[in-house]
Amino acid sequence: MIEIKNLHKSYKMGSNSLHVLKGINFSVEEGELVAIMGSSGSGKSTLLNILGMLDGADSGEYNLDNVPIKDLNETKAAQYRNKFLGFVFQSFNLINYKNAMENVALPLYYQKVNRKERQEKSLKYLDQVGLKEWATHLPSELSGGQKQRVAIARAMAAEPKVLLADEPTGALDSKTSYEVMDLIQKINDEGNTILVVTHEPDIAEMCKRIVHLKDGVIVEDKKVEQVRAEQYV
Amino acid sequence: MFDIERWQEIFDTIRKNKLRTFLTGLSVASGIFILVILLGFGQGMQNGIEAEFKGDAATSIWVWPGRTTIEYKGLNPGRRIQLKNENFNTIQSYMGDGYEKGSVLYFPRGVKVVYNNDLLVYNVAGTNGDLQTIENEYLSEGRYINEADVRSNAKVAVISNKIRREVFADLDSPLGEYITISGAGFKIVGVFGEYGDDEGEEERIFIPISTAQLAFNGGDNLNNINYLLPDQGSLNETVANTDEFIKEIKTYLNEYHGVAPEDDRAIRVWNPIEEAKRYYGLTGNIKFFFWFVGVCTIIAGVVGVSNIMLIVVKERTREIGIRKALGAKPWGIVGMILQESIFVTAISGFSGLIFSMAILEVVGPNVEIDYVVNPSVNFTVAFTTVLVLVFAGAIAGFFPAWRAASIHTIEALRDE
Repeated sequence: MIEIKNLHKSYKMGSNSLHVLKGINFSVEEGELVAIMGSSGSGKSTLLNILGMLDGADSGEYNLDNVPIKDLNETKAAQYRNKFLGFVFQSFNLINYKNAMENVALPLYYQKVNRKERQEKSLKYLDQVGLKEWATHLPSELSGGQKQRVAIARAMAAEPKVLLADEPTGALDSKTSYEVMDLIQKINDEGNTILVVTHEPDIAEMCKRIVHLKDGVIVEDKKVEQVRAEQYV
Repeated sequence: MFDIERWQEIFDTIRKNKLRTFLTGLSVASGIFILVILLGFGQGMQNGIEAEFKGDAATSIWVWPGRTTIEYKGLNPGRRIQLKNENFNTIQSYMGDGYEKGSVLYFPRGVKVVYNNDLLVYNVAGTNGDLQTIENEYLSEGRYINEADVRSNAKVAVISNKIRREVFADLDSPLGEYITISGAGFKIVGVFGEYGDDEGEEERIFIPISTAQLAFNGGDNLNNINYLLPDQGSLNETVANTDEFIKEIKTYLNEYHGVAPEDDRAIRVWNPIEEAKRYYGLTGNIKFFFWFVGVCTIIAGVVGVSNIMLIVVKERTREIGIRKALGAKPWGIVGMILQESIFVTAISGFSGLIFSMAILEVVGPNVEIDYVVNPSVNFTVAFTTVLVLVFAGAIAGFFPAWRAASIHTIEALRDE
């Protein structure tokens, strides 16, 4: 599903250049649940941004579902993002004046789905994350866990090939974190490919594969026995 | 533009940001409102001043005598000057080309006007046919004094609408009735009215100048000489031409009556155009002032709209980032923000326009302030102003929107 070869990325910080990714080689099969771990500054968020086409790489190859991703202008990137990718952010990034249902429906709007169908679909996905009764509530009326579940429903609503989660539990307490991870595991069980960036070992243990990043290179890439989050909920 | 889904998205946004929309709309609507009202009153003042000068034809000149104030050629000051027929005739033969109409007035003294044994207290004036144009009078019935009347010393009279109302109300028409002026019967041949609201000038009964002088011991005396000068096209040229003409007749009259050239009190001249020029200059200034204030208001409105658009876009940077992450294209975002801002400014601009024009329509004709008559505004001007404001709002919204849409998605998402 994802294939990365010799990926480099550096940021200019004044006169210095900060080499963040120093040749990443990495591939993900369909249906995998991968945790990308590393301390802050290891380059894990940068990698995710490049995977998510929110940022461009300096050199290297990136294929997503056999489509080469390079030299994208904003318009093309927007199209690909909408078609291939769903995002879950640490800070939820819901639009605060839209209610839960409208937030979930937003990617469908950009897929030119009509209004009625948007509403049906977004209700269906809200139901999947257990928030159907909260459909008309604004983000400010929801708890952190609920917000993240709305964000996951929104990411799923576009039916993406890959779900990218950047520290999805970073702003949540452990119990809520496990609830969110339980949801992510269930989505993965249905065959969706998911990448989770985290620095919490217990969250990483709940994935099927852990990739360790340190100083811009992959230092460890191992398959793990998945810990089900259900038992903690 | 006609994408219904996008309009729904825009209406959602407007509905959920009522205060923001309201404030944007208010600043636009009030800007337009103030401008239209100001322009309306500027026009109203011009109308008012124009109406003020409708009483007499604008290019008329009125000459009447006073007393000398300066000793000249052995003649004492304080001498009363009396205009003569000869003065009028001389001016006619030497400067007849300089004016369009010329007329005289003679007011017989101590005359009694009687109709049906009732004494009427109106003034009698002898004149000729040209006075009608100079006084800017219209005929309601019959005819005015004419050349033939003057030549034949006809005993005919022209009365005003006011006199007809007050004296001849019982009759269908006063034409053919006889009034007695100091014992002599005069047949009424016409009824005139005055333009403008100067009812005082409707107090008069006109009879032929020759008859007046002959019947009431006038000799060849005149009280007034009046002229109507040609309009030279522009106000300034007309004023210059008028001044030239006045100078010439004054020189002649001063010389004829033995008046010192520097004596301004002996031969008096009044011409409304001189005053009209002053007032028109004033209205020009007032109009300019109103325009200036109006344009400043519009500029303030544009700045206000731009400001609000800047804040709106700043506030929505994160939202723009989210939308981009979810697949919105940069142009789509810019387009949506612009469409929203144009929609809001256009709707509020036109409501301000309609509201203020409605007020001018309803209140305008009933305004009773001196020198303000029927304030109204040129619709095209007002309409253009709204378009300018909408356009400025769109321009003001475009740049921040474009910048926000081209910010890197990650940075937009990090924006707190």
